[in-house]
Amino acid sequence: MTISNMQEYVTILIADQLFGIPVLEVHDVLRDLKLTKIPLAPAEVAGALNLRGRIVTAIDVRKRLGLSQLEQEDGGMSIVVEHHGEPYSLMIDSVGEVLTLDVNDLQPTPVTLNARWKEISGGVYRLEDKLLVVLQIERLLDFGGNSTIAA
Amino acid sequence: MDDLLSEFLTETNESIGIVDTSLIVLEQDPSDESHIGNIFRLVHTIKGTCGFLGLPRLEAVAHAGENVLGKIRDKELTVTADVVTIILEAMDVIKDILATIEETEEEPAGDDADLIARLNAVAFGTASAPVEEAPVKEEESIPEGSVSEEELEAAFQAAEGPDDEPSSGEVSLEELEAAFQAAEGPDDMPEPVAEAKPLVKDGETKPVAEKSSKEKASKESSIANQSIRVNVQMLENLMTMVSELVLTRNQLLQMVRGMDDNEFTVPLQRLSHVTTELQEGLMKTRMQPIGNAWSKLPRIVRDLSQDLDKKIDLVMRGAETELDRQVLELIKDPLTHMVRNSADHGLEMPADRVANGKNETGKIVLEAFHEGGHIIIKITDDGRGLNGEKIKKKVIENGLASEAELEGMSKQQIQNFIMRAGFSTAEKVTNVSGRGVGMDVVRSNIEKIGGTIALTSEEGEGSTFTIKIPLTLAIVSALIVECCGERFAIPQTSVLELVRASTNSSSDHTIEMINESPVLRLRDQLLPLLHLNDIMRLETAADEVADQSTVKGAEEFIVVIQVASFVFGIVVDRVFDTEEIVVKPIAPILKNLSIFSGNTILGDGSVIMILDPNGVAAMAGDAAVSADNSEKDEAKLSQLQDEKTALLVFRAGGKDPKAVPLSLVARLEEIDVDTIEDTNGKKVVQYRGQLMPLTTIDDSVSIVEEGRQPVLVFSDQDRTMGLVVDEIVDIVEDTLDVEMMSDREGFVGSAVIRDKATDIVDVGYCLQKCFGSWFGAQETRPFGQGNEKQKVLLVDDSPFFRNMLVPLLKTAGYAVTTAENGIDALEKRDHGEHFDIIISDIEMPEMDGFTFAEKVKGDERWHETPIVALSSHTTPGDFDRGRAVGFSDYIAKFDRDSLMSALTQTLKASGSAK
Repeated sequence: MTISNMQEYVTILIADQLFGIPVLEVHDVLRDLKLTKIPLAPAEVAGALNLRGRIVTAIDVRKRLGLSQLEQEDGGMSIVVEHHGEPYSLMIDSVGEVLTLDVNDLQPTPVTLNARWKEISGGVYRLEDKLLVVLQIERLLDFGGNSTIAA
Repeated sequence: MDDLLSEFLTETNESIGIVDTSLIVLEQDPSDESHIGNIFRLVHTIKGTCGFLGLPRLEAVAHAGENVLGKIRDKELTVTADVVTIILEAMDVIKDILATIEETEEEPAGDDADLIARLNAVAFGTASAPVEEAPVKEEESIPEGSVSEEELEAAFQAAEGPDDEPSSGEVSLEELEAAFQAAEGPDDMPEPVAEAKPLVKDGETKPVAEKSSKEKASKESSIANQSIRVNVQMLENLMTMVSELVLTRNQLLQMVRGMDDNEFTVPLQRLSHVTTELQEGLMKTRMQPIGNAWSKLPRIVRDLSQDLDKKIDLVMRGAETELDRQVLELIKDPLTHMVRNSADHGLEMPADRVANGKNETGKIVLEAFHEGGHIIIKITDDGRGLNGEKIKKKVIENGLASEAELEGMSKQQIQNFIMRAGFSTAEKVTNVSGRGVGMDVVRSNIEKIGGTIALTSEEGEGSTFTIKIPLTLAIVSALIVECCGERFAIPQTSVLELVRASTNSSSDHTIEMINESPVLRLRDQLLPLLHLNDIMRLETAADEVADQSTVKGAEEFIVVIQVASFVFGIVVDRVFDTEEIVVKPIAPILKNLSIFSGNTILGDGSVIMILDPNGVAAMAGDAAVSADNSEKDEAKLSQLQDEKTALLVFRAGGKDPKAVPLSLVARLEEIDVDTIEDTNGKKVVQYRGQLMPLTTIDDSVSIVEEGRQPVLVFSDQDRTMGLVVDEIVDIVEDTLDVEMMSDREGFVGSAVIRDKATDIVDVGYCLQKCFGSWFGAQETRPFGQGNEKQKVLLVDDSPFFRNMLVPLLKTAGYAVTTAENGIDALEKRDHGEHFDIIISDIEMPEMDGFTFAEKVKGDERWHETPIVALSSHTTPGDFDRGRAVGFSDYIAKFDRDSLMSALTQTLKASGSAK
């Protein structure tokens, strides 16, 4: 086994489901955000925030996945990723640890998954106690027929 | 890319630009020798540099072009359109090659033999190759003799300096050639003396060349040395940094604002100052004359005029007007497109122009100037203008609007359809324009940068496009407003004013509803309103606000916005101050939200969305059209009532305000109560040597016991009368629109004045009350009271007289309609309106009273209607002429009594009096 087969993932928790984002894609982890709402924007867009002078668009991942709103009041956490040079903040429940996993262990996404989930999933890792779904940022940000994101 | 090469590309592109422009000037005025020299020099430089950089293809083309130019310079060739065309063609080839070099850093393969042959044909009459070859050889021969520096040095030393050669200044070509041939390159190493000689010669030519280039340089240095080339990207980065600095400054200011004076205040102020200056300074570096965007236009127009066989004169004014280069880049293409449009669609063929009595040469005027933080660019042509009917037809064909909708639109609204997508009035699609992807793209491009475009056109006279664009895009001043707890920024440039309003009558301005659409009376306008929470669909909070506003009459703020010619109000909950903001583009994920033009970070560090007034206006689009219509209908219904009348508002008996037309009031007096006397059962006062009766409107008004009594003095020829009032409130300008007729004596009715129901006092009644018994004849009094009102058409150009006479006539019980002049009046006839009598002024613009009377009498519709002439000067001659054209009576303008009696008499005589 060579190093190149290993991939580091930041694990995140949304509605008790474990997700993973390649660690190199994560720019920042934030909490307690002051969001500015963006009226008329797609529902998945929670608003915009100021991250050290940059304006970051916040995406409500729960909404994106068709889940109910988070009930706890502390607002959860966010992970800042960049896509086509534009920063996005993904609102999630909480951030876990960094796992190093072998790419060869990645299983294809089960076909029976909900369409929304299937769309964003880049495969599943079988961890000892849980399953980890790999988030495809690009797909995650491609919603509402917004073709520019995919392009 | 190699620095040298990129420098060459920039310089050459610039040079070609100048050559292009100069050539056009030269073509227009071949006698101007200053240009040809310049052109020749530039082309020569291009050729020289190409040779130096080893770009043979470019060099060959430039060289052939230079040959032609040289002949022109030496006056061996006259400048004709053909000559210019072929040189321009050569320039185009050079441009193309340059473009490829820029991409690939290599000269593209290819052969320009054909072009060169044609250039030579022009230059020498035939394609005479030998003549062409000679100079090339000379150019090429220089690099051939490559000599290392050390060798040169050695050669110099050996040769003991140029002084040894008296004839050093002049070296003939042949000599040089021979010397080079003899030298055969340094490696051959013949005897040193033989080598020294040619080398010295070579060395000599260098100083000469250097000298000339030095001269050139010193000539340019005055300008060139003071300016440096800076990469645009660097400026952009600097700008971004300064923008951040501005934001941080704002943030600091915000923090300190809340505190009392402390040690931060002064340094912060200085920081603030310096930041502002830095910002302004940097802005200036980004400024470029708009002429840069225009430089290609003369060439384009010239080509167009040849393609289209039109004669076009392009006039450019204000090319030195500066604007941000970012803006400049963005308007370049729209401008080019519009000029093309003007040339293609706007201007007629020369023959048509002559037929229409115009100069054969069409004119396109391009103008730029500053106007309050904006740049105005006007593109005017004196062509055929826009054909309203054609546009209408097209609009209906394309389903952009229905015929009925078009009916209700103004000329300008219809003309503006040409800026809608998929619209082109050109019947044929030419390769110049007419593809219908034109003006809408232009408009959207201009609106993208916060600009507006307006169009005025007179059929047969030409069209004018007016573009208004902000000076810079990066930093704008914005008004921060709040709605439902969310803050938004509105660019200050589109904000006209702020109005505070309420939904009940607790403040001066009240929001009224027309079928659930809020509107606001703002001075003489009815302003359509949009609730920001509706636009933004901030619903949860919106309901609360709506409740608040209806129940409590909460105060609301209206931001009055103008987008092109459409003015509307945005209702917001709160207004904060203005802030300088740096517009940042919104995330691509949100790019289809046309309502926001960007976002930014405020001083307090929060993100705020910037509203795009154009987007908001577009959302209000349908509302806007209907608002326009309703306004028009209203205007039609109350053409008269909409005119302003100065009214004196006072109180007399009760709290309700009362009003009387100011023009009827002679004076306002305060009379000492002690001077009031009783005579003949009436209260009188001695006033200016006369007895002036005092009267009250009704019995509820009493004269004060002591002190001073305010009185309105009405004067009617030699009679004066005092009307006792409680308090004089104000003089207001408002529309006198008597909405409810009064059956109370002494009142004409009620009107809304300053948003309050106000009784209009019937001065006639008061006069009658005082003098009625004195001049018994009731002929002058309204006889129509109780019957159907007699309709009077008052034609007078002076608003003053209309204002004076309208209340008087209304008071006298007539229904009055006004017209500004004869044409206006005849339009009413064409609309099928009917009047019992016409009162007409004689001196009026457009159509005077005599002509008007003739027209009235000459047409059977109003043939029966009597006309009374009204004139400020009555000579017997006028009188006779008046009678001759059909005036029933002729009255001096200021003679109110005569007018009243004349009206009555005339109406009686005409038999229509009831």
